[in-house]
Amino acid sequence: MSANRYTPLVQLTLARFREFYREPAAVFWVYGFPLIMAVALGIAFRERPIEQITVDIREDTGSPAAVAALKEKLAADDRFTVRTVSGDEWIKLLRSGKSDLVIAPLPDGGYELWDEPNRTQTVLARHAVESILYRPATADAPKLKEKHLEETGNRYIDFLLPGLLGMNLLGGGVFGVGFVLADMRVRKLLKRFLATPMRRSDFMLSIMLSRMVFTIPEVLVLLIFGWAVFGVKNQGSGVELTFLIVLGAASFSGLGLLVASRAKTIETVSGLMNLVMLPMWLLSGVFFSSERFPDWMQPFIKALPLTALNDALRAVMLEGRSLTELGREIGVLVVWGVTTFVIALKIFRWR
Amino acid sequence: MSHAIRCRNLVKTYPGRPPVEAVRGLDLEVRTGECFGLLGPNGAGKTTTMEIIEGILDATSGDVEVLGRSWDRDAAEIRRRIGISLQETRLADKLTVVEVIRMFRSFYPNGLDPEEAIRRVSMEEKARSYVVKLSGGQKQRLAVACAIVADPELLFLDEPTTGLDPQSRRQLWDIIKGFRDAGRTVMLTTHYMDEAERLCDRVAVVDKGQVIALGTPDELIARLGGQHVIDFTLAATAELPAAEEFKGLPSVTSARVDAGQYGLTVAEPHVALPALLRHVQASGRELAALTTRHATLEDVFVNLTGRHLRDDAADATSG
Repeated sequence: MSANRYTPLVQLTLARFREFYREPAAVFWVYGFPLIMAVALGIAFRERPIEQITVDIREDTGSPAAVAALKEKLAADDRFTVRTVSGDEWIKLLRSGKSDLVIAPLPDGGYELWDEPNRTQTVLARHAVESILYRPATADAPKLKEKHLEETGNRYIDFLLPGLLGMNLLGGGVFGVGFVLADMRVRKLLKRFLATPMRRSDFMLSIMLSRMVFTIPEVLVLLIFGWAVFGVKNQGSGVELTFLIVLGAASFSGLGLLVASRAKTIETVSGLMNLVMLPMWLLSGVFFSSERFPDWMQPFIKALPLTALNDALRAVMLEGRSLTELGREIGVLVVWGVTTFVIALKIFRWR
Repeated sequence: MSHAIRCRNLVKTYPGRPPVEAVRGLDLEVRTGECFGLLGPNGAGKTTTMEIIEGILDATSGDVEVLGRSWDRDAAEIRRRIGISLQETRLADKLTVVEVIRMFRSFYPNGLDPEEAIRRVSMEEKARSYVVKLSGGQKQRLAVACAIVADPELLFLDEPTTGLDPQSRRQLWDIIKGFRDAGRTVMLTTHYMDEAERLCDRVAVVDKGQVIALGTPDELIARLGGQHVIDFTLAATAELPAAEEFKGLPSVTSARVDAGQYGLTVAEPHVALPALLRHVQASGRELAALTTRHATLEDVFVNLTGRHLRDDAADATSG
């Protein structure tokens, strides 16, 4: 019989694949969950229409020409919804909040602006109207150009997506590897393997290898969703991004291996996983920049593997930087991966 | 005669307060080509002994030699030449029988074709079934298949039929016999006396971490001094007599009483029975029940320790 038909690494890895895709619940949690998270974020960060300012102009105070001119001037700005009102109706409108600002053109060419100081919306409306009315009045005023922060790459979602990617890789590595190993130990399957000539490194590699393959769809779901729905693009090289993702997955599966290396019950391993992951979710800049933490914490935060991965992913995806500039981050990930793997192998409990 | 296993003064103490002495100075020799049984109640140290010999546990002290090799120097070689079925291993639920066996086969440089291993445990029809769908007996046969797929010289089976129905037990016995008949060595643990009697060439009776009797099942039974047992109970009319009262009867070699049930080991029932009946009649008591049977390893154990092998029997006595 041929030797490669029974390669332990292949057989062990195949077993991991089969056990995974034959368990629909596991498939859902690994691939469905990031999708649900992405959808939830999609709803949270969908494009909101620009806030409308409702302005009423009193017809009966100024000349029809003045009213028409004012109406035209304000309507040119698409933030304004301009209406006209007559009699005392305007007081009711302003009081009930149906109007943000009431303008009465005066016979002398000036304007009376009626606001309701307790509502921020009317104050905003007043400033907006003032700025339009004043604009032509001062010819020597410094020229202002209005710019809006919408450019792809600078939005919050662009910042968030690489963070989510990193968080998913961490969760996948630690949960995916940790639970599988703890379960095998509870089932005494590890002990059974120990009683065979199986090489321990083959077993460990099969766990890491299968973990990395499971990561591919997980990452693709998030990246494709971000691109299709929010137009989040990778500014850097695709190959380098892939390299970072693989490196992160490998490094985190080492962490998962270490977490599960001694635990005798599923409960213990769950506790340890949370202990490892929670601080990183908070500190490593998933939802907001880790630079917001005080300076004295920075060396510690920078040494965390998730910080390194998030920083590197953002540098590539947002700034289009190359891996040669990311030596420190890559170094941190490699050191974590190798150290955890070696320690885990040393202290691993097979019984 | 060559030996597959030799143990000298094996000791295993688990640290704790107080330390648990699971194995206390156990000596053992298993001959090549025999089926050797460790018989004893739960907690006797059978599994600990077996796992030390299998190289899964380290002994606190003592020497172990497996297939003429020692675990210190030749662990890899021993692992390649032995097959193991642990007391309780739950294999992956969602793998098929053939996938599990193929995976175990991949760990060994030489061995059987997975299909051949499946054939030997008569699981051809279940080859494509998930492990989770198998019955208890089928799971146990799969565990044995994972052990024999290495084509081992020495097979270890820890409680291979515990909790199985009679038919599944017989199927497993046939598989184990077939393996032994092919000239291989088997070492198994059991707390079923019938299993030890039918399957094992030699039996070591283990209690409290030591071998208290060793020999073929027939030898052990013969050592009782009689091949037969008379069990009887007396009607509870008066105070029950002590077991010693029956020891003096002709052909009776030992007598015991356990929860009102008397057991006499006798060499010749046709001599002992009439004498017993006369004795009961003369003392004015009444027999409630009386049976005679062949002595078993259970009697050997009870005779040696005053306790029963099985937990349920022990519970019945204490409760």
